[in-house]
Amino acid sequence: MMAHSSAQGGALSIRHAGKVYNPDGENTVALEDVSFETKAGEFCVVVGPSGCGKTTLLNTIAGFDQLTSGEIYLDGELLTSPGKSLHPGADRMVVFQQGALFPWKTVLWNVTCGPIQQGKIDRSGAEKQARELLSRVGLKGIEDQYPGNLSGGMKRRAEIVRALMNDPRVLLLDEPFRALDALTKSVVQEYLLELYDLTPKTIFFITHDVEEAVFLADKIVVMTTRPGKVLKIVNVDIERPRNYRILTSERFLKVENEVRAAIHDEARKAFEAGERELA
Amino acid sequence: MAQLVVAVSKAEIAIGAKVSRTVRVRRMLRSSRPYLMLLGVVVFFASWYLFVDVFKVWRFKELPGLVPSIKEWVNPNPVYGVSLFTAEYYGHIWASVYRVMSAFILATVLGISVGILMGWSRIFYGLTFPILEILRPIPILAWIPLAILLLPGRELPIIGLTFLAAFFVTILNTLLGVKSIDEVFFRAARSLGFSEKAILFHVVVPGAMPYIFVGLQIAMGACWFSLVASEIVSGQAGLGYKVWETYYYVQFETMVIVMSTLGLLGYLSSALVRMLGNRLMRWRARILAGA
Repeated sequence: MMAHSSAQGGALSIRHAGKVYNPDGENTVALEDVSFETKAGEFCVVVGPSGCGKTTLLNTIAGFDQLTSGEIYLDGELLTSPGKSLHPGADRMVVFQQGALFPWKTVLWNVTCGPIQQGKIDRSGAEKQARELLSRVGLKGIEDQYPGNLSGGMKRRAEIVRALMNDPRVLLLDEPFRALDALTKSVVQEYLLELYDLTPKTIFFITHDVEEAVFLADKIVVMTTRPGKVLKIVNVDIERPRNYRILTSERFLKVENEVRAAIHDEARKAFEAGERELA
Repeated sequence: MAQLVVAVSKAEIAIGAKVSRTVRVRRMLRSSRPYLMLLGVVVFFASWYLFVDVFKVWRFKELPGLVPSIKEWVNPNPVYGVSLFTAEYYGHIWASVYRVMSAFILATVLGISVGILMGWSRIFYGLTFPILEILRPIPILAWIPLAILLLPGRELPIIGLTFLAAFFVTILNTLLGVKSIDEVFFRAARSLGFSEKAILFHVVVPGAMPYIFVGLQIAMGACWFSLVASEIVSGQAGLGYKVWETYYYVQFETMVIVMSTLGLLGYLSSALVRMLGNRLMRWRARILAGA
């Protein structure tokens, strides 16, 4: 699918990661001793209630934030440890929760800008590749539109294509489908799986939607409410390619129930903690 | 599922389609707006005519009438020497337009540069912000003596004052524009491997553009305002100067001609800025349409 050779690797190793925010003398522990591994090419989904530090973890991998304890490695290379972080870069592409296509640029510009800015490929080569990828996710013919003209589902697809154009070692997705309606969401999820099946990249996907997690993941990391810790790691042993039909299969429901049972208590704790804070 | 997906995509693309110009015009003619506008204009001129020309109501009888003013404007041999057919008329127009244009262009270039620097660099922001906030509220009329002291000749003080009014507005709006850009776009740009220069030209400048153009609209208004003020004080030509002179020599019809010309030029220049803005920000067309 990609014209240039795919970067190898993408094995993430998160070791005793901790993050304490201390903005006004009061410590808030966002992450506490989080450890897990993600194999190269694995689809890893982190699930947890709101405020469990999922996004913090993603931001430290991306290079937008630093840990206050522990380390994170990517293919054995230190990404971040206290006081140290590698600059954000195209090897760890992020797809943001609120969407970050540049609204003042056309879809084609947005999608091709990564490799062009990095000087990896010339414009015509990038555009050819982009058109091909866009048409794969049902976005043929919208190359010259501005993002403002697209629906939410189209924007998310275009943004995933933009990320993939950089051939990252790991793709970081921060609740990318949160704002989509249920029907659009399932369509975009299938497109994501299709792209993943074509070039299995390491994917680090954050969500609080259990069904989505089970549908997409090889491995689900369930996190506790604040302070964020790893509560459970569930391997999803459902063969690929997957489509919406598996949503009702027995195996799917079994895994979903397992994850949901684990997360439910945490969600309740988070909810009650929120009520206490308000009271 | 596949068919469903195709259907969804096609509908989505249709949403993005643009409404053609003829359809827009037809739609507008069916609404009440153009007729209300026309009515407003007619009522305005009819009142002028009735109050001044016909009934000479109270103080209104001191004013120039609608009909004599228009007659003077289109007269090849105007009583007071200024009409559509005299060189003097265009001389004043050109003097003013030249001053506004040079001041506005200078203010745009410098104002946007300074505003972006302030939004971009914490150091520059710290150094300049307090000064800007103290200088900005000083009314342009209070700058007149200083401008005359500082700038040689009679032309430069006028251009300088006109510039100053637009300069501050442009800086402030550009700064607001840069600050308004969502952090997520900077993060995305860094992830995508943009250089600092690429971030400046592909994120900061276009991201600040909507605010910049709001600023330029206001700046254009400020230019005409301070132009007239400074021409009255220090000018030898120009529309502002002429307004005051005609008042002085009791040439009220000409005064009305010059005032109307200022109005038209002000409107025209704002429209030009707006058109340029719409051209440069086609990506906002749908956002502004409320979709």
